[in-house]
Amino acid sequence: MSTLFAADEAKLLLDAAIRGEMPDDHGRFGPFGGRYVPETLVPAFERLDAGVREHLHEATFQAEFRRELREWVGRPTALTFAPRLSEIWGAEVWLKREDLAHTGAHKINNAIGQAILAKRLGAKHIIAETGAGQHGVASAAACARVGLPCTVYMGAVDMERQAPNVDRMHRLGAEVVAVESGDKTLRAAIDEALRTWVTDPADIYYLIGSAVGAHPYPYLVRELQSVIGAEARQQMLDQAGALPDAAFACVGGGSNAIGLFYPMLGDDIELIGVEAGGTGPGLGQNAATLATGTPGVLQGTYTIILQDDDGQVQETHSISAGLDYSGVGPEHALLQATGRVKYISAEDDEALEALEELCATEGILTALETSHAFAAAKEYAKQNPGKRILIGNSGRGDKDMPTLTKYPARTRTHASA
Amino acid sequence: MQAHERIGAALTAANDAGRPALVPFITAGYPEPADFITTLQAIAASGDVVELGIPFSDPMADGMTIQRSSFEALKKGVSLKWIFDQLDSVEGGIDAPLVMMSYLNPLLAFGYDELATRALAAGVCGFIVPDLPLEESAEIRAALEAKGIGVIQLVTPATPDDRLQTLCEASRGFVYAVTITGITGGGAGLPADLTDYLDKVSALSSIPVCAGFGIREAKDVAAVGRHAAGAIVGSALVEVLERGGDPREYLGSLRN
Repeated sequence: MSTLFAADEAKLLLDAAIRGEMPDDHGRFGPFGGRYVPETLVPAFERLDAGVREHLHEATFQAEFRRELREWVGRPTALTFAPRLSEIWGAEVWLKREDLAHTGAHKINNAIGQAILAKRLGAKHIIAETGAGQHGVASAAACARVGLPCTVYMGAVDMERQAPNVDRMHRLGAEVVAVESGDKTLRAAIDEALRTWVTDPADIYYLIGSAVGAHPYPYLVRELQSVIGAEARQQMLDQAGALPDAAFACVGGGSNAIGLFYPMLGDDIELIGVEAGGTGPGLGQNAATLATGTPGVLQGTYTIILQDDDGQVQETHSISAGLDYSGVGPEHALLQATGRVKYISAEDDEALEALEELCATEGILTALETSHAFAAAKEYAKQNPGKRILIGNSGRGDKDMPTLTKYPARTRTHASA
Repeated sequence: MQAHERIGAALTAANDAGRPALVPFITAGYPEPADFITTLQAIAASGDVVELGIPFSDPMADGMTIQRSSFEALKKGVSLKWIFDQLDSVEGGIDAPLVMMSYLNPLLAFGYDELATRALAAGVCGFIVPDLPLEESAEIRAALEAKGIGVIQLVTPATPDDRLQTLCEASRGFVYAVTITGITGGGAGLPADLTDYLDKVSALSSIPVCAGFGIREAKDVAAVGRHAAGAIVGSALVEVLERGGDPREYLGSLRN
């Protein structure tokens, strides 16, 4: 994809991104992004766009959002040095602990921000989609917090592999609708949420969970998630005494990655996004969208997608429901095309191994999604000894127990690590 | 006559004959790819303009019926290229002007210039692209209009008045007035207060207006026919095909 632009054009686009000029007024990140939605939703998107402009950076909204992040979410989340992992890897490894945020992942930053926005915009009902269930749980919690009813659309396949999160959503007062159409995972859940929104665009607020979809969602989600990178950057300076040489985050739709990377775009830090390599490089075996996809329009945005020659979107495979998506946020497409962020993938087995290693060395059960970032960081450490590495530990792995119990734990004792 | 003008002419001819125009929709290659052309010809014999659905993996503006037909057609190997090849094989072409309904991505993957060339050759006079708002449509409109093919704009009950005007002016062939705020194939039927909405769209538009979504029976066709040039019948017809029913008989029943 780096051949998409001439080098000078790529530099102009990247400089604009670093200056905070992306997206433009049409919701474009260079050629990517935009707003490809049914006509029924156009007025709703225009209202949302106007609402974001009016409220998002307004002082009382920011004060309320910051207070909720501090007092309800539990921010700032810790930056944790990982001494045993560092020793094994031959690196200096630091973890940004989004797993310690309320409800167990970075998703809550976005959910509470959008729920406050929805309330201000006069929404009567919130709908959300979820893959791994983390965004569904975060949305259910945020809606309870602001006092709005919540319906979560979730693929039937995902409901099975993330059963504990389904129960959590119910207990938090949300209705969970099983999506039986399409691929029965995250993509089908987004389609179904959009269909529902079309039925009542005036009263429904669609609380999207990742930096994907039509403008202004990729922008809105990035702004709400940038707290991750802003905190981590300062914490590195305070605790490590320097910025990292490299930062890693897993990428499905890409909200935790854009949140971590965006405040560091102008720094001399290698930024590496890690997608799900699934069981191999063949079409349908993975969800490595940026690594193997091509430009197209999916669910409202022009981005890189996994598709066949006829433009049909392909089903994906990943052990982690949260990375199992055929598209990716349009800003990541730009960051890849300009060469600023490198996107690689880690396979299911590598992610499982990384998860076990982190459990055994640092006492942290990380999410299967996040494990992909650890697997790639370990490989990087092998190639580049002695580097200071920051990993976005985007969520905790408790929700993955139904999947993990199918794989015998290989690392049974602390001593063996 | 440019290709897109054939659409308006066919709709107006029906109105001149004293009846509302009928625009049946089918998903191309559904239920059986082998029967595609036979089914299409049967429908073209009963319809004034035929809307041909291009199957897509993510039909986000469609209800269960059209989703099912779309996924089934894809599973059986239907693609845009295959559809063009089939249409090209019909001696003398199809009797009614064709309009293709496709989400944007299959068209993007096909390439807009190639699309325009093949569409013109196959008798396709217009495109309906349900996930393409006017603001994002300049490139495809330029390619299609260079061959005289129109992009049909949709308007909905949620469309504000100033936007309604813009969309009516930009539309070619006809204006697609969505009757409900929702997706295709809803079971609720037509809303009671259609009159003002359809009259407003018809007054703003210099080309014919066709109403679609929720039209299932002769009384629905008659009801929208009093305030618009024609009626689009989609999910109800696809359900007939799904049940193995006779599409000609069903479409005939809508005219009574």
